Amino acid sequence: MSGSSISPTVLMADNGSGTVVGIHGRHIGDRVYRGAITLFAVCVPLLVALVAWEIAVAGWPTFRHFGLSFLTSSDWDPVKQRFGAAPAIYGTLVSSAIALVIATPLAVGVSVFLSEFAPRWMRQPVGFLVDLLAAIPSVVYGLWGIFVLLPVLRDPVMPFLRDTLGLGKTPFFTGPAYGPSMLAAGLILAIMVLPYIASVSREVLLAVPRAQREAALALGATRWETIWGAVLPYARSGIIGGIILGLGRALGETMAVTMLIGNRQEISASLLAPGYTMASLIANEFSEASSDAHLSALMAVGFTLLVITIIVNAIARWLVWRVGGGAASKPL
Amino acid sequence: MTFRKTGPIALVATVLVACGGGGSASHTSSDSTKSPASAVGVDLTGAGATFPYPIYSKWFADYARETSIKINYQSIGSGGGIRQLSERTVDFGASDAPMSDDELSKAKGAVMHFPTVIGAVAVTYNLPSLQTPIRLTGNVLADLFLGHITKWNDSRIKAENPGVALPATDVLVVHRAEASGTTYIFSDYLSTVSPDWAKAPGKGKELSWPVGIGAKGNEGVAGQVKQTPGAIAYVELAYAKQNNLPTAQLKNASGAYVAPSIESATAAAAGIADKLPNNTDYRISIVNAPGPRAYPIASFTWLLVYRNQTDATKAKKLKDFLHWYLHSGEGTAATLDYAPLPDVMKTRLDARVDSVSVGGAA
Repeated sequence: MSGSSISPTVLMADNGSGTVVGIHGRHIGDRVYRGAITLFAVCVPLLVALVAWEIAVAGWPTFRHFGLSFLTSSDWDPVKQRFGAAPAIYGTLVSSAIALVIATPLAVGVSVFLSEFAPRWMRQPVGFLVDLLAAIPSVVYGLWGIFVLLPVLRDPVMPFLRDTLGLGKTPFFTGPAYGPSMLAAGLILAIMVLPYIASVSREVLLAVPRAQREAALALGATRWETIWGAVLPYARSGIIGGIILGLGRALGETMAVTMLIGNRQEISASLLAPGYTMASLIANEFSEASSDAHLSALMAVGFTLLVITIIVNAIARWLVWRVGGGAASKPL
Repeated sequence: MTFRKTGPIALVATVLVACGGGGSASHTSSDSTKSPASAVGVDLTGAGATFPYPIYSKWFADYARETSIKINYQSIGSGGGIRQLSERTVDFGASDAPMSDDELSKAKGAVMHFPTVIGAVAVTYNLPSLQTPIRLTGNVLADLFLGHITKWNDSRIKAENPGVALPATDVLVVHRAEASGTTYIFSDYLSTVSPDWAKAPGKGKELSWPVGIGAKGNEGVAGQVKQTPGAIAYVELAYAKQNNLPTAQLKNASGAYVAPSIESATAAAAGIADKLPNNTDYRISIVNAPGPRAYPIASFTWLLVYRNQTDATKAKKLKDFLHWYLHSGEGTAATLDYAPLPDVMKTRLDARVDSVSVGGAA
């Protein structure tokens, strides 16, 4: 992905020198300007590469010593210097997945309402309020989670899911309901990524051409059929882009998750059980990690998180690309 | 062109200067006395433990008022304090756990440990039906945190609390999620009293916990305990006191049940201090201390200083401060809920301060 994003810049710069130099070549300001923005453009990918390199080098001793078991073992014991990050990797992926499963329908629903149904005067204030969710610091989400979300989860919600709905018969809702859990982390993440998905989706839906809707209505489609059959497919790739943005946020979120997930190095199928995430692990242990092996293990966790983020993003972008291609050929 | 180029450079310079203002800590030590500007700003810099930060910042403020010598302390955590001292980027370090032999060997010179105050760790719990503080032995406490005892009406808890109606509630262990000196002291105690604990999680600032939920900070732990009947956890004594948390009485080495308090924490240090050999390096644990009034989960927190100082001016300032905290500073410790050192230790530590020397070559 980074390769394709660099090459257009380079191409443009080349084109620029070919056509522009003849006319403006004498203007020193132009050349300085071009040099400066090229420098900026090169800086960002370079910075990412440098960060990745530094983390990889620092984490290398761990990868070499533990090999694949670093990714598959659940044994994280700083006292005995044994490091296995499987519970944190599992927790990161599962909590983000829960967040997206909950947030996506909500966010898309909000955007459809705002772009298709809401009266004009309502759009701005409601949209603004949804966006405002993104402005709340994550530690505030964490505190809200501890004092509001956890008590509600512990008393009515979790026993209701487990016993009243009978979900306790599945492996996903078993065990005691203490509050801090994968479910709590997933829920708080859902609230936190919702504004990202909603904001992007709303803009994309508003950009769907009027003709698209009118054509569907003219063919006798109901309002529902118009939205489902003509508007949403048109906006599909943009909405998925919003989901990717939310996913990126969910994978890396640290503070709120640390406060609600229970920080337990254990893989449990039950969403009521506590878990761990990679970002929380680094945040919790980095400040006091004094041995080289421990530091290296935390760096290795950081590198793994980076790689997983890249892989997940690549898959998501591939999805956008496929869907985008489909959408381009499909409409009407 | 020159104008446009100097723009961003000037900006960067401004930012650097601004950062330097806040973090001048790391510069002063390496610049030594040649740069008067930084020497006037801060005389000594230190970094390390967060647990004693409130009392340290009070000491440094009081000391600055009395002597106009400024000490900059960054509470970045014990591990960071040891690393910065080892790199000689600070004049002194601070740690809640004594430096290991391995860490000592990595430092650029011999490091001395100076105990400053005593911290105690209280065991708190949520059992609303209990009228009196629960009584526990070290072994029972270890088995609770190991997950061997899972119900509050377990016969071994009953044996320590005759006549108390204990509920049949499940035990929920809550522990610190992040690395912490509190966890180190607590696990040091459990390792001392329980062979099982010493084998399995052992002692450290972060552990592989057999059971329970990890919460962030004293406040996170206390919050979780308050919300969950049947929960048990450990928090700093100061935090437990300031928030009126119920605390367990623990059976100490002399067989007495002792509640956590400033007096019982100082008593723990006194119990050990009497028996210290003359050549001690003060890297000593005072958990499970002897003495009828000693609270068993207590620990020193230390200032870390190089025995051979490279800069004579700083060495003098540092030694002056060390003497000051032993005499004036200790008196104010209890106001912030830290236990002061027992008197027997102060005179011995005074002599130890005098042994800090200026070695000349770096």
